[in-house]
Amino acid sequence: MSSPIRASWHVGRVASCRPETESAVRLELDVPTWPGNHAGSHLDVRLTAPDGYQATRSYSVASSGQTTRVILAVDEVPAGEVSPYLVHQLAEGDELEVHGPLGRYFVWSPAEPDRSPVQLIAGGSGVVPLFAMAAAREHEADHAEFRLLYSVRTPEDVFFAEELSALKKTIVEIVHTRRSPAGSPRPPARLTRESVADSVFPASATPRIFVCGPTPFVETIAGWLVQLGHDPTRIRTERFGGSG
Amino acid sequence: MAVINSGFGGRRGVSDARLPPGQTLVDDWPVLTAGLTPEIQAHEWTFTIATETRAVHQWDWNAFQDVGVEDIVTDIHCVTHWSKLDMAWRGVSLDRLFEDVETSYDYVTVACHGGYTTNLPLEDLLDGQAWIATEAAGEPLTPEHGGPARLLVPHLYFWKSAKWVREIRMMPSDEPGFWEQNGYHIRGDPWQEERYW
Repeated sequence: MSSPIRASWHVGRVASCRPETESAVRLELDVPTWPGNHAGSHLDVRLTAPDGYQATRSYSVASSGQTTRVILAVDEVPAGEVSPYLVHQLAEGDELEVHGPLGRYFVWSPAEPDRSPVQLIAGGSGVVPLFAMAAAREHEADHAEFRLLYSVRTPEDVFFAEELSALKKTIVEIVHTRRSPAGSPRPPARLTRESVADSVFPASATPRIFVCGPTPFVETIAGWLVQLGHDPTRIRTERFGGSG
Repeated sequence: MAVINSGFGGRRGVSDARLPPGQTLVDDWPVLTAGLTPEIQAHEWTFTIATETRAVHQWDWNAFQDVGVEDIVTDIHCVTHWSKLDMAWRGVSLDRLFEDVETSYDYVTVACHGGYTTNLPLEDLLDGQAWIATEAAGEPLTPEHGGPARLLVPHLYFWKSAKWVREIRMMPSDEPGFWEQNGYHIRGDPWQEERYW
């Protein structure tokens, strides 16, 4: 998968849909013509109403590699137009039009020659492309060290909770901002520059860093990373905050 | 034949003839950036047009303002499917900036702080179609929206309106820029839905 993968339109069928969190759904799509995708890339979902009206939104892909099973985790934007349909109305067996895979910048590939440590930093549903990277790393016997720092409101808001706790090649640290798990010694708190510094690979390790989350989260974290001495050219960011 | 998603469409956004296909109207102004947000002060910013004769046309912030800032009201369309209508901008027309530029080349590479580049045919930048913008919605452009100055080419998808612009280089051919190498369309006309290649 080191050669470019061309994006095009595909028709997928919903193989399964189940709640990911209280506000999010995990969709597994069978897309027979899917060419595979790098970990971290995204796709467009296009919905068409019976009268021809269409709306399209971009979602990160949680799966990667040479597979025609494409996994999405979609968080509902309450006033949105597409995400509420995907979360509440889409059913197993339904067809769905997708366009992709898209994006070759915010991706990690096992073919990556750079073996420096990889630091993943997620805010909320921004964990989806980063989970894809950590899951891809899991298939490699020998590769870069991985860490994931994941900021989320409550334990119930964690995406891919089981899969994250099963990761063997990524050190996962989850920080709860509103409510910690029962019995946790750590009170809920937002990330600070100091807590980020304590958690992530130091600048001296020259990590590649991927940050994904809402715009203010990404801006804040990226600013701290630079203040902590990380090379700005090693930091890649992806933000969301759009129309749902 | 398009797939029909039965039950979809009940919450559709406002329909408006000014919306290109596949676009949704938004009231806020989402941010989409690949890397970090560069912090550039106006007093250290310069704008350059470089041609094949090695002639360099350069303006610092004050000289740039003196070229003549005008008001622009326009719609903008992002490739990630949102559009914003009737946005008020202020900036300097590229017609004015190109007044004394002699070139036989038909294309440009736009270079920005942070290393981002994009490509355009020169004809998409002239005849009242493009500006170097310094204000939006009555305020100086913030760094996250490309301040102190960004290209504004509203008839193309908004990634062409490169943030933190610093230089336009004349080119003999249409060389793909950053997003164009990463799968976005070489030209990006929203009315033709030229999103990806």
